[in-house]
Amino acid sequence: MIFLNQCLQGIFLGAYYALIACSLSFLFGVMRIINLAHGSLAVLAAFLLFVLADRYGLSPWLGLVLVIPVMAALGFLLQILVLERSLKGGLLVPLLSTFGLAIVIDNLLFQGFGADTRSLAPYIGDLSFASWSLSDDITVGQLDVIILAAAVALLGGLQLFLARTRLGRTIRATAEAPEIVGLIGIDARAVYALSTALAMALATVAGAFLALRATFNPYSGGMQLLFAFEAVVIGGFGSLWGTLIGGILLGVAQNLGAFVNPHGFLIAGHGFFLAILIARLYLGPRLARLRLARLRPRRPRPHAARPA
Amino acid sequence: MARAESVLRADGLEKRFGALVVLDAVDFTVGCREAVGIVGPNGAGKTTLLNVLSGRNTPERGQILFAGEDVTGLDVAARCRLGIARSHQIPRPFGGMTVFENLLVAAEAGAGLRGPAATRRALETLALCGMLPRANRRAETLGLLDRKRLELARALATEPVLLLLDEIGAGLTDAEAQILVEIIAAIRAQGIAIVWIEHIVHVLVKVVGRLVCMDAGRVIADGAPDAVLRDAAVIDAYLGQAAHAASHG
Repeated sequence: MIFLNQCLQGIFLGAYYALIACSLSFLFGVMRIINLAHGSLAVLAAFLLFVLADRYGLSPWLGLVLVIPVMAALGFLLQILVLERSLKGGLLVPLLSTFGLAIVIDNLLFQGFGADTRSLAPYIGDLSFASWSLSDDITVGQLDVIILAAAVALLGGLQLFLARTRLGRTIRATAEAPEIVGLIGIDARAVYALSTALAMALATVAGAFLALRATFNPYSGGMQLLFAFEAVVIGGFGSLWGTLIGGILLGVAQNLGAFVNPHGFLIAGHGFFLAILIARLYLGPRLARLRLARLRPRRPRPHAARPA
Repeated sequence: MARAESVLRADGLEKRFGALVVLDAVDFTVGCREAVGIVGPNGAGKTTLLNVLSGRNTPERGQILFAGEDVTGLDVAARCRLGIARSHQIPRPFGGMTVFENLLVAAEAGAGLRGPAATRRALETLALCGMLPRANRRAETLGLLDRKRLELARALATEPVLLLLDEIGAGLTDAEAQILVEIIAAIRAQGIAIVWIEHIVHVLVKVVGRLVCMDAGRVIADGAPDAVLRDAAVIDAYLGQAAHAASHG
């Protein structure tokens, strides 16, 4: 039963990883950028929420309504001022510029807020520790359930948005071939700027849940980035459902590691990540076929496109 | 003001790449509902002319009027939304999307349609180009003829007034090219003006009513296809001095 509980808690933890990986996965899918400032931007959002809660007594849930547009606007500027230029410089330049941005954000936060560790948990009443007991050994935190629901809703919603909506199709077409979408009247620069704004909104949600379920300080971004990155890689770059599954697998691996040995938490997670990487390297084509078979059901179905 | 009967008028276009003059004071007019073919030897500047008209390249000099409006400073996307569509010699579909989605996104972004209207436009275009049986195939799985048809259909889905075609027949067999010719003739019958570059002249003259021949960045002949193909300057440009000398000898 304790083992079962560890697995269950691993799933909840993994849902959190999927949540923080969502923005990273989306931005890579659209622009082929690995945003190394992702963790720091999430922590920046957490600090904004903290200030609203601490100074103005605003509940973190309401704070999100204010902070999401601010971070989205910041994303818009980030694309126009930094990413757009660095994208033209090849693969390495976006990595370096977002890495530099992460350092700047971390240290500005340190300058402004000091090294104190903070949390949003005190501002959401007893939700931070309230839980349901399913049996003697198994308890389920209410916040954990909210995080799992948020992860499924966000990643699933994003997937649906990309597959089914007009703007989603525009984003996918631009992701496929940014240099030719002009031919069908799409302004690729605008789509990129909008996508970065959306990614920052997602990073804000990630930062909020980091601050709600745990503690953070100005240098927390790096660790969040690492877990998010591992979740994305395990699930396969560019696949949103994969990211959800990858996050959950990472969380379960970490918790089972801790179950075996109290110090095994991080080692098990990183070990699992490396094992997947190496497996991809050696079994790559075979694994890819497996994935294709699962994700792409029988096609073609002639005449199946119907007028709405 | 452009004359009412011309949909596109370009005056004095000049385009250089470094020291190389690729377009040299080119004047070019396309009438409403007119289909114009462009021929000429390699390096004549045909594709560059199309690039300048579609907005991909900016001319150093000259002006482009589309439906009476100056579009010289507009980019490809803006011109597409106004009604200038273009297909490339090498098709570039959105590979991970289905054929239907390729057209739907074009109808939405290029023609500004929404919901059922966009769906209808995509389906009509699929039907016109004979691609309905492939509607749910992912574009990257298509063969060359289907890719060419998709490239054409995607341009058409943006509801163009003027369609620019760059060597759409290249690499196809005669039978396959014939299928494309029929589609392009059907597009023309809808009243869409067409500018078509093609090396395979006998394919071209089945559709176009006017032929323009370019050489070394200049227009050297412009008129009815028969007259242009008999023009001494055109024969010269195609066959070179040797043939010219032979025909006089």
